[in-house]
Amino acid sequence: MLELLWMVPALPFLGYIILALFGGRMTKGISAAVGVGMLGLSALITIVIAISFIASPPEGYLFLQTLWKWVDVAGFSPAIALRLDPVSLVFIFIITFVGFLIHLYSVQYMEEEDSTWYARFFAYMNLFVGAMLMLVLADNLLLLYLGWEGVGLCSYLLIGYWYKDPANGAAARKAFIVTRVGDTAMAIGLFILVMAFRTLNIQEILRHVPLVWPVSSQAVVITALMLLGGAVGKSAQLPLQTWLPDAMAGPTPVSALIHAATMVTAGVYLIARMHVIFLQAPEVMTIVGIIGALTLIIAGFSAITQFDIKKVLAYSTISQIGYMFLALGVGAWSAAVFHFMIHAFFKALLFLGAGAVIYALHHEQNMFKMGGVKNMLPLTFWTFVIGSASLAALPLVTGGFYSKDLILYLAFTGEHGSKLLYFAGLFGALITAVYTSRMVFLTFYGHEKTHLHNRPGPVMEVPLIILAVLSTIGGFIELPGTLGHFPLFSNFIQNILPSPGSGEGHEGIGTELMLQIVAAVVAIGGVFIGYLLYYKKPETVQNFKQTPSGQSLYKFWLYGWGFDWVYDTLFVKPIDWIAQVNKSDVIDLIYTAIAWLTRGFNRMFSFTQTGRLRWYAMGIAFGAIVAITIVVFL
Amino acid sequence: MTSFSMEHGLILATIIFMLGLIGLLSRKNIVFILMSVEIMLNAAGLAFVVAGSRWSQPDGQVMFIFILAMAAAEVSIALALIILLHRKFKTLDADAAHNMRG
Repeated sequence: MLELLWMVPALPFLGYIILALFGGRMTKGISAAVGVGMLGLSALITIVIAISFIASPPEGYLFLQTLWKWVDVAGFSPAIALRLDPVSLVFIFIITFVGFLIHLYSVQYMEEEDSTWYARFFAYMNLFVGAMLMLVLADNLLLLYLGWEGVGLCSYLLIGYWYKDPANGAAARKAFIVTRVGDTAMAIGLFILVMAFRTLNIQEILRHVPLVWPVSSQAVVITALMLLGGAVGKSAQLPLQTWLPDAMAGPTPVSALIHAATMVTAGVYLIARMHVIFLQAPEVMTIVGIIGALTLIIAGFSAITQFDIKKVLAYSTISQIGYMFLALGVGAWSAAVFHFMIHAFFKALLFLGAGAVIYALHHEQNMFKMGGVKNMLPLTFWTFVIGSASLAALPLVTGGFYSKDLILYLAFTGEHGSKLLYFAGLFGALITAVYTSRMVFLTFYGHEKTHLHNRPGPVMEVPLIILAVLSTIGGFIELPGTLGHFPLFSNFIQNILPSPGSGEGHEGIGTELMLQIVAAVVAIGGVFIGYLLYYKKPETVQNFKQTPSGQSLYKFWLYGWGFDWVYDTLFVKPIDWIAQVNKSDVIDLIYTAIAWLTRGFNRMFSFTQTGRLRWYAMGIAFGAIVAITIVVFL
Repeated sequence: MTSFSMEHGLILATIIFMLGLIGLLSRKNIVFILMSVEIMLNAAGLAFVVAGSRWSQPDGQVMFIFILAMAAAEVSIALALIILLHRKFKTLDADAAHNMRG
């Protein structure tokens, strides 16, 4: 059954082509059927492949499918080849399955658009998923880069989907340009790899790197840094995280897709995939961990102050991917992939739940204007609470607890881990719990401030239920040592990625239990703080906000720690200034001068065109004399 | 066949050519301009004949036949143009047509 692998990315691409070519003439029903159907089929095939992969794993847990040779130039011949191993299997499962649920949800969410726009939406969504599948299935880095850029393009198209509002176009451009900074770094990394190994095949690079490049050698450190640059840009980590909050300009299902299934997790995938390079460069591993830790705290504080429900979720994504980077930084590859999976479930759930609220309240995104939604939309409320609990990592019953706890545990005990990173992660968990409970209390509790506008139908509710179930039971496939030790997921991933080398033996079960209790207390404590500050006594926060220092702190966090301001002053304003000064283009002057000179000659010679025949004869005679003189005397 | 030096022949051709050129440049009447052109053509023909006789080649006289044929064709077109000019401007002054700027 593994031979069907090529159909997994091919079906979304086919859907895109059909919708792009004929979408203008299709009714909404047909557009939705094509868009959702292609992805549904793709998800179905993925499940079939997953079952047969797990039931009878191929040799070395690696299945390669070469479709055709892409180019063949001077010994450099990347193929269009797909590579299936446990890591890419997890990714394609999330991408197709969660992507399918999001597509299904969009059928109703986007119903107000007219049929051309509707088809355009599904066309871009299908292309987005197809590009992401290409990215994770690629067997060489060139094909991966194709998917990488395809994902960037689609994010641009979808964030700017409502392009008639200039602000949305600006947000789309920002996302495209900021991620492009990282992409450039990654391209340089790929150039170095081609120079060194004459190939971009992932398997060969991973095999050769430890043989050719010694640990911490200059080449490997630079390459790892460049790849990290690409990952940081795509995954919205410090210092390139500024595009993600603005990306909320797109429709809510797009945000769900970007945050859960595609795009932002590409960076995590890249680092996990190229882990050998990072293991050869321990300094860069440390940087990865520090970036993750800083990002998760900074984004957490920003999330506390947002009033737009989608922006809270955006910052929480930045922060949760910070956890994944932290896990990668301490070498906990499987924990990062595990957290990616759980995060995909609950973040898709939260975005779709928020989307249902926004849809029901007629495009109201301000949490302070919501309230009391609990009674209006009970199903949305309960699923949203399940997703929030998972985000806040409430102990035992949520998937988020198991994945986040695994990361924290490995940060504490792993051989690359450090106590500092652990405490950063723990502090981040506290902030996460606070802003999550704030979001839930502000949105769903209190008295009703807006009346119900639309009611989400079953196509919107079914994905919520499925995702709520998954984000709960998803955690049970990786139970820690204290709870029966059932590391199904890690074992599966560690067939291909190295184990974090944690001290399961010498740290003992006591440490693990203690760490878990601490994490659980922190999560519950965070929720309690949120309950106190935003439900029980909201005036405390309001009073603090009124004080001058509170006001400036609030502004500082609300605008994402001033990163936008810094980039604006450092890059945007100078370039604007140069553009202003150079309005009449210096280089253009050369060409203007040529045109001006030509016009001058033209005016001069047009004087000789008198129409008097004898003058012309005179001219001819004179010219003949000059010509003869030259010939005879020179 | 009395022989004469090539220089004399060429000087004669030059003189005739210059006469034609001066006529071309100084006359306003288009018929005279046309005649001056014919004179210049004949001067060129004479130069060919002289050169042919100098090297005892028939080519010079062959070229002269060509020039005559071409001159005949040219005159027929030119006379037609002159008639048109006269009809349009009621004059034979070549400068009358200067606003054609051609």
